[in-house]
Amino acid sequence: MTPVEVYQKVKERFGEAIESFNEKALDPYIVVKPDAVVEVCRFLKEDPSLAFDCLSNMSGVDLIKEGKLQVVSHLYSYPHRHSCVVKVDVPRENPTMPSLEGIWKAANWQEREIYDLVGVIFTGHSDLRRILMPEDWVGHPLRKDFVEPEEYHGISTRRESLLK
Amino acid sequence: MSLINSVPEMVLTTKIDEILNWTRKSSVWYMLFGLACCGIEMMQTGGPRADLERFGAAPRATPRQSDMMIVAGTLTLKMALRTKVLYDQMPDPKYVISMGSCANCGGLFQLAYSVCDGVDKVIPVDVYVPGCPPRPEALTEGLLKLQEKMMQERWLVRRTPTEGEARAA
Repeated sequence: MTPVEVYQKVKERFGEAIESFNEKALDPYIVVKPDAVVEVCRFLKEDPSLAFDCLSNMSGVDLIKEGKLQVVSHLYSYPHRHSCVVKVDVPRENPTMPSLEGIWKAANWQEREIYDLVGVIFTGHSDLRRILMPEDWVGHPLRKDFVEPEEYHGISTRRESLLK
Repeated sequence: MSLINSVPEMVLTTKIDEILNWTRKSSVWYMLFGLACCGIEMMQTGGPRADLERFGAAPRATPRQSDMMIVAGTLTLKMALRTKVLYDQMPDPKYVISMGSCANCGGLFQLAYSVCDGVDKVIPVDVYVPGCPPRPEALTEGLLKLQEKMMQERWLVRRTPTEGEARAA
């Protein structure tokens, strides 16, 4: 199935939950509203002709100029050998979105990483805590407005330039 | 009654010091602290071609049984706290070799948010081995330099305390 056909199937079932579809991109992607993303993804997984049983990747993007954070999920189907991309935009002031852990178990650590580095909070996640940074780290490092702290537990992060 | 720092200076003490130091330098057991890619080179240095064990340096997995710690690889801030704990668990006299540019100064990842710029920000280092990664021959030379440093130490002679020891007392 081509991505356009996947989009048609999703569109006729969930008309109002889809925000947009970009066909011209290298990997055509469907942008879904945050509250409806769980039903859309469950349909993508359980419908027999779509059967996206593998969440290959989930990553977070900080689009600071548009004032939002974006979660990109790459899905792949082993029975039908097709793939699709689902994107969800969340506003920066309130970056919450439902968790996809109930649908694909692989989303567990992916969402922990997105929470740790970009700051998107996934409601309904079983164990949302930092995975890469230390537990008492402050801030989300992969945000564009992240400022590196001066020191961490007494270890200074500043280093004088060797070129002087 | 301890022998260290107790004997007045005579000709024989240097010889005894040298014999003591020779026994210590021929058996420097190092703790495997391979954090990243330099760890592979450290494993190769312990391997058959450039053998560290012919100098008496056997690898140990635990800090409690080791004299030396070879910090091989990038030290992140999260790991730096644990490194201090492991260094404190080593019994005296202990030495540290900082292997590779990441352990010396942060290396390639100096500007990263999670990297500690150099292991000497948490523990005192005796020998720095530059390289990315240093060849097994380079790490062997680092161990030989550490052995030279160990030969210079004087244990028996009663001497005036250094500034650090006077401040600590």
